[in-house]
Amino acid sequence: MRRTIAILAAMLVLSLSGCGYNTMQAKDEQVKSGWAEVLNQYQRRADLVPNLVNTVKGYASHERQVLTQVTEARARVGSIQATPELLNDPQAFARFQAAQGELTNALSRLLVVSENYPQLKADASFRDLQAQLEGTENRIAVARNRYIQAVQDYNVTIRTFPNNLTAKVFGYEVKPSFTVENERAVATPPRVDFGTSPAPPAQPR
Amino acid sequence: MAALAGLRLIFLAFLCWSCLAGAAEPVLPLTARVTDRTGTLAPDQVAALERTLQSFEASKGSQIAILMVPTTGEEPIEQYALRAAEKWKLGRQGVDDGALLVVAKDDRAMRIEVGYGLEGALNDATCKRIISDIITPRFRQGDFYGGLSDGIGRMIRVVQGEPLPPPARPADRQTGGIGQHLPLLIVVALVMGGILRAVLGRLLGAAATGGVAGMLAWWLAGALSLALMVGIGAFLLTLFSGLGRGGVWPGGGWRSGGFGSGGFGTGGFGGGGGRFGGGGASGRW
Repeated sequence: MRRTIAILAAMLVLSLSGCGYNTMQAKDEQVKSGWAEVLNQYQRRADLVPNLVNTVKGYASHERQVLTQVTEARARVGSIQATPELLNDPQAFARFQAAQGELTNALSRLLVVSENYPQLKADASFRDLQAQLEGTENRIAVARNRYIQAVQDYNVTIRTFPNNLTAKVFGYEVKPSFTVENERAVATPPRVDFGTSPAPPAQPR
Repeated sequence: MAALAGLRLIFLAFLCWSCLAGAAEPVLPLTARVTDRTGTLAPDQVAALERTLQSFEASKGSQIAILMVPTTGEEPIEQYALRAAEKWKLGRQGVDDGALLVVAKDDRAMRIEVGYGLEGALNDATCKRIISDIITPRFRQGDFYGGLSDGIGRMIRVVQGEPLPPPARPADRQTGGIGQHLPLLIVVALVMGGILRAVLGRLLGAAATGGVAGMLAWWLAGALSLALMVGIGAFLLTLFSGLGRGGVWPGGGWRSGGFGSGGFGTGGFGGGGGRFGGGGASGRW
């Protein structure tokens, strides 16, 4: 009863001065579509992985460790249900982000390893896949950026007066955003090692 | 209290934004299809590239532009290219068929930024091949014009194969063209209509006038729908013009239907409102 009165009162206030309810709806939708685009691009990357792994396997089959890591990371990414509700659960969001970050790392290790195989690097389909992967990583970066901006916009809206009252009544909460994935890696200075020479380029086949 | 926090947040966001904006290399407003800020290309080379791109846009509707800058500053070329593309909005609105070739000469880096609508044709792999197989070898030899013109040529050929909506602009020009001939057409229709009406009678004369005016409009503008409208207009004009002294002039009615507002500026070059999502490829030489 008290709740309905509160809502009615809030409605009255809304109709009088427009406390940003509509703005909130619009921004909420913007966040959702931004998130959909992020998922879309992550999916695109995940779809590239099997082809990439197979191509690399053809030339560098004994790089088993790296290949397994990529495949496992890909499987873990696929196992997380990336629903829109994820946005309202900071823990699930963090798990999702961690899984994607793992795949990013595994893929970049794979590309580093592939530098050692000249024949692989000359392979036309590998070059195409590499270009697609680069392009997709860039799209992911763009989509994440746009999502971050949408979330920022939304969060600022629901936290400013008088919208914060409306948001409280209707249960709109601050949405999580992306953070730097490898926070620890960024914080530690890069280790430069001149002592050991890199592994000699293996003779493929 | 919350309001204060919110305000502070906005202020912080603003501050961050302005800091970022201050640090980055500015993207200048779009004025031409070929922008060379490094002074590498000779004026006639710029003009040649410009002509190629212009005629391509006229025939296919897609907007392709070249931007050459000395450096992109601290930013990676991907970010800079996307900022430029977002600001310039190359490509038609809704079709998003724009592409931008950015060259940062002193960074020895380049990027092809592709709008959403062209991502199927100019996909990442194709862009990468254009960069590494066509443009890079020529840039290595210092042949910037050759690299650009061959690279653009290939991009154009790739986009040619893509089914896109036909360009709207030539049709606009045609309406503008018929608009210029409109007074002549009216006079011809009036004079001929008067004669034919006297000879053939009201209905037949009007039909003949409409037919002739329609043919004339078709010949002038080349658009069938326009010719039909002109023909019907002339038919009605002849049919009713003799009825009363200074009587029924169907003046404004059919004129505002399709003519008069040719209104597409031919002077500067502007983006059509296309959107970009980070597609394309980058390369170094």
